[in-house]
Amino acid sequence: MLRLPRFIRRDRASTRMAVLAPLVAVAAAVAVNLILYLVMGKSPAAVFHAMLLEPFLSWASFSEVLLKTGPLLLIAEGLAIGFRAKVFNIGAEGQFILGAIFASAIPVWFPQATGGWIWPAMLILGAIGGALWAAIPAFWRVRLNANEILVTLMMSLIAAQVLNYLLLGPWKDPKGFNFPQSVMFQYDAMVPILIPGTRVNVSLLLALLSAILAWAFMQKSFRGYQFLVGGLAPRAAAYAGFSEARAIWLSLLIGGFAAGLAGAAEVAGPIGQLQRSISTGYGYAAIIVAYLGGLHPIGIVASSLLMALLYIGGDNAMVSADLPIAAVRVFQGSLLVFYLAATTFVRYRLDWGHGTKGAAR
Amino acid sequence: MNGIEFILANMLAAATPFLLAALGELVVERSGVLNLGLEGIMALGAVIAFIIVYHGGGHLAAFVGAGVAGAALSLLFGILALGFRANQVAIGLAIGILGQGLSALIGNSYEALTVTGLAKIPLPGLSSLSVLGGLFTQDIVVWLSLSATLAIWAMFRFSRLGLVIRAVGENPKAAHAIGYPVIALRHGAILFGGAMAGLAGAYAATVYTPLWADGMIAGRGWIALALVVFGTWMTGRVLFGALLFGAVSLGGLAAQAQGVPVNSQLLSSLPYIVTIVVLGIISSNRRLLKINGVASLGEPYER
Repeated sequence: MLRLPRFIRRDRASTRMAVLAPLVAVAAAVAVNLILYLVMGKSPAAVFHAMLLEPFLSWASFSEVLLKTGPLLLIAEGLAIGFRAKVFNIGAEGQFILGAIFASAIPVWFPQATGGWIWPAMLILGAIGGALWAAIPAFWRVRLNANEILVTLMMSLIAAQVLNYLLLGPWKDPKGFNFPQSVMFQYDAMVPILIPGTRVNVSLLLALLSAILAWAFMQKSFRGYQFLVGGLAPRAAAYAGFSEARAIWLSLLIGGFAAGLAGAAEVAGPIGQLQRSISTGYGYAAIIVAYLGGLHPIGIVASSLLMALLYIGGDNAMVSADLPIAAVRVFQGSLLVFYLAATTFVRYRLDWGHGTKGAAR
Repeated sequence: MNGIEFILANMLAAATPFLLAALGELVVERSGVLNLGLEGIMALGAVIAFIIVYHGGGHLAAFVGAGVAGAALSLLFGILALGFRANQVAIGLAIGILGQGLSALIGNSYEALTVTGLAKIPLPGLSSLSVLGGLFTQDIVVWLSLSATLAIWAMFRFSRLGLVIRAVGENPKAAHAIGYPVIALRHGAILFGGAMAGLAGAYAATVYTPLWADGMIAGRGWIALALVVFGTWMTGRVLFGALLFGAVSLGGLAAQAQGVPVNSQLLSSLPYIVTIVVLGIISSNRRLLKINGVASLGEPYER
């Protein structure tokens, strides 16, 4: 009879596998998706070129990758802190939208305002908006014991409707030919450009700063350690006096703050107005980014670059290889599936059943 | 037709996607596994069923195809959650994202097309009642879904299988010690749950609103997950919750039809808002959740 190999727990986690896992996952996802494109009748070579090579071939397209890296990095750093404490905020999409809405309030209500204070104020307001949106699921979880996964997701669906309401109603640009979008923001409401000649703005620096802060918090501070213990061994953590409620509040507020900041930076950056398509699923993609980076602040820098590459490459492949844009979502999903399978090898090794020890079923 | 009659006549059909998906998830969670991928599995079932009906394959083949597709995607979930012992929350999210992506990719050239739904079957006698009559005039899938609810209730209440599934969910180690195949049973439950979610998607896209659009499941998979909590893992209460959500999703429409000005974005948000509120009310009763909850839910099982 065919005997399936079994996973045997390693005595200690394998560092080699932890580093290899994301690489194996990317390779497997590329291979499987290229086969999928072949089945769809597209040329895998053309898609591979458009998706994974073209973004590197010109400074203009690589700068677009950097532009997309910003929000993904920012959101994923915030989420990873919560994920480590086993607080699953999957509503970053909604917190991002609220951040964009809060930030837009200034240029929408004061379109004539000028001054260097405007864009920083917008970013701060956006971060507050995201944190407030995340405070509701935090309250629900801490005070009412409600599952934060479901509540954060529902809050995202509601946020999309709030955005629709504003764009179809009170915030619609009166001179916008009835399109669901706000006025174009004034110059002072735009985050300054970081790299001349590109659309990359100062918010990329904020994202990188968030990575450093997250690293300092998770690796160096006592509270970060509490988070880790709270996630890995909640009973031990509670026994040692670590407050679960505080971990939930902090996780969600940090996640919402970062996502809100990212949303604000999008409308005050490359988009320049509030519109329906402010997010192309950043909030959901950032979940994948967080995991693929091993929930590690530095790993996430690499994984957010990769995910940004997929976004830009996917756009390229749509234009030059006639690939539906939904293919990017399939790629993202399969990437996470492969990564989660690959990380199993960090804690386990395969036993092919040749040994007799404990092989009896 | 007044508002009450409108809601009574359509409530069951509106509730059916919630009911089918939640019943499947109920069995999965009772066995100790949390599958968060429902939204994506429903989307995949929806697009497969839509394409089959669109090309003239008929509703029976469409539902079979959707069920098989849902089971196949959930098999992947099972292999990763049980075989690879991946974090069930993460792998559920991954399967959900994958399913939604696949549905968008497969349905790419069918966007905004429509098909014909199913005929309604009136129950003789009851369907001619005044006011209540509409309640007894439903399509075949509604009648079958209600029968499935009864069957699952009876399974948990009276059958050995139901008892074993519950034992596996409560204490897998003990269940294994008595000689029950924990992993095999959980795989079975996951396949059943996936097939039910596929059917739920099929109903949404080929009967209730017979059209395909990317994102048409619109959170119903997530609400179905919440319904299992509302129902505190009990079949009858899950049915009640599904009916409540069926009514909620129609209530606003009925009000609009009566000339009550209702903001359409508020209307779209209503099911999500109600989910959050009810989830808060039910969950705050910690004792209830503890008594009815599944002890090993979401925990990876290792011998």
